[in-house]
Amino acid sequence: MTDNHKQNLSDQDERLAEENAAKKTLASIKRRELAYSKSSQKTSSGPNSDKSTALMSRKDKRKLRSERNAEPKVELSRRTMLRQRELILITIPFVLYGILFYYIPLGGWVMAFQKYKPQDGLLGSQWVGLDVFKHLFSEASFRLVFRNTLAMGIINLILSFVFAIGFALLLNEVRLRAPKRFVQTVSYLPHFLSWIIVVGIVRDMLSVEHGIINQILVGIGIFDKPLNFFSKPNLFWWIVGFSNVWKETGWNSIIYLAAITAINPEMYEAAALDGAGRFGKMWHVTLPGIKPTIFILLLINVGNVLNVGFEVQYLLTNGIVKSVSETIDIWVLYWGIGQGDFSLGTAAGIFKSIVSIILIYLANATAKAAGEERLF
Amino acid sequence: MQNIELQPKTEIMPMKKNRFKKANPADVIFVLINTLILSFTVAITLYPILNTLAVSFNDGLDALRGGIYLWPRVISFKNYETVFNTKNLVIGARNSVLRTAISAVLHLSVTALLSYVLSIKEFVFRKPVSLFFVLTMYVNAGLIPTFLLFRELQLTNSFMVYIVPGIVSAFNLLVLRTYMSSLPDSLRESAQIDGANHLTIFWKIYVPICKPVFATIALFIAVYHWSAWFDNMIYNPRNTNLTTLQYELMKLLSSVTSQTSSGGAYGRGSQPVAVTPNSIRAAATIVTSMPIVILYPFLQRYFITGLTIGGVKE
Repeated sequence: MTDNHKQNLSDQDERLAEENAAKKTLASIKRRELAYSKSSQKTSSGPNSDKSTALMSRKDKRKLRSERNAEPKVELSRRTMLRQRELILITIPFVLYGILFYYIPLGGWVMAFQKYKPQDGLLGSQWVGLDVFKHLFSEASFRLVFRNTLAMGIINLILSFVFAIGFALLLNEVRLRAPKRFVQTVSYLPHFLSWIIVVGIVRDMLSVEHGIINQILVGIGIFDKPLNFFSKPNLFWWIVGFSNVWKETGWNSIIYLAAITAINPEMYEAAALDGAGRFGKMWHVTLPGIKPTIFILLLINVGNVLNVGFEVQYLLTNGIVKSVSETIDIWVLYWGIGQGDFSLGTAAGIFKSIVSIILIYLANATAKAAGEERLF
Repeated sequence: MQNIELQPKTEIMPMKKNRFKKANPADVIFVLINTLILSFTVAITLYPILNTLAVSFNDGLDALRGGIYLWPRVISFKNYETVFNTKNLVIGARNSVLRTAISAVLHLSVTALLSYVLSIKEFVFRKPVSLFFVLTMYVNAGLIPTFLLFRELQLTNSFMVYIVPGIVSAFNLLVLRTYMSSLPDSLRESAQIDGANHLTIFWKIYVPICKPVFATIALFIAVYHWSAWFDNMIYNPRNTNLTTLQYELMKLLSSVTSQTSSGGAYGRGSQPVAVTPNSIRAAATIVTSMPIVILYPFLQRYFITGLTIGGVKE
């Protein structure tokens, strides 16, 4: 369920959540480093430090102490626990819930190292080491879905970034409030439609018989006759990519629009003095101004490349394009739930998680080498 | 650019005039192109929805001829009549409304309570418990183990599978916690001195203050549950009493595709009908999307703040 839940949260939500988390870890690391440097200073100054603090007034000492513990440090003692028993009591059910729904399923990962049979259970099934993984990689269909997932992930990543940033930049240039607000409101609308509705719409728009896109393309003479978009395997990834753009561009632009408001207005005045026009300001001030935001979101999303999901591909596919439309998630659904091969399905899921972690580390290392904003 | 020489002059001028003076040709072209692009964006966003609306009010058989754009040609309410008389769609609508309403209220209140506890800086287990939940965003067991767990817990083939999983979502928790942490501690401390317990403080002080951010989170939860169909397909595929609106819509969608590709004729039962799967789907799409489409513009202010909390500011 977590998997499905996560997928269904919009990309933006996930991105933000992870950004929040990332920022927090970053902040906490900084805090720890600060604390560390302070404590090392103290020890390095040796016995003298005691004397120096002894010379301080009590007020200064208190100030120093409060500086050191920007976050109140609470000792884990019976007394504090008794004092905070209400808080602890409230927390217990949540932790139990978390263990049951988020952590116990992780125990299911052992299935990937077993020839799991439901009647034998997790403990009684035969252990097979890495055989399941060997089977997984020797499976041609798995290599195919891995390629598809990666390709669609990369296409989606690039398209969604380019369009969301571009849209935010252009929208920011609208000076009249009412039209700006109107465009903004309209742009959020598709985010609130389910993928089922969006896929229906995409099918209608691209349909051979009366699809508006075919009508226009034939009308202006680009095509001789209507094209059946869904029978062309080389178009499928792009249909998915642009469906995603249609659905999420407005929503994804929210974060950039917010970042733009934080740019110092003096920068624009300076650019104007240098003779920059509207486009020049957008290109040389606004875009660099949101660069840190772009980088951090990009980093987080690189780790999500394999989570292109399931819904669009599952709903849009047909027999002709099956070889390019299936993703890892669909494959897991087919083999794991459909065919009952739980071990294989679990192994594919684990592989996906590992690749995601490697990707996020690589992206982070690249950002570090390039001296850009990074996650950790 | 050409207005570089003008610069000393414009500096002396008051700001208002400045703006008009600076309207150089390049800027005019830029504004024009920008307006064009954004109008195009609005058009391609709205057209498909307006088109679906038009088809849903058009006679089904007539719609097959094509050529319906923004306005129905032969107006008919038959499609909506059929939608509201199709048993599965009505059951699905009931289930969707129920799961959305229950989840939005339950998940929000439960997550908010935990966020309150974790926003208290003196709480001994604040850090470990936060980490415990944040980790769930990154470490994910995957479909199969989750599926087996739900089967073990007898959540499959029951309405509870729509409600129970995801009660505490780490993302919502982080947004709410960040917001509550930004409130002054004295708010809580003064109430504590007056002898209020944490549940009272949460309910009487924090809930009223946090209403805007609660609205945002409730919207996120509601949108998720209103659009969900995957859990229906995986856990409750055969029980028609547990079907949801989106799942029914999905079945309509696939039936439309299979029938158009075989070029078959349409019709339901022996009725000599003027509805087609396609026109019914259009009507069902409109019925399904209307509640949220009408609602979200009013909540726009809130979800933008909700999304940007902790996102950019730091």
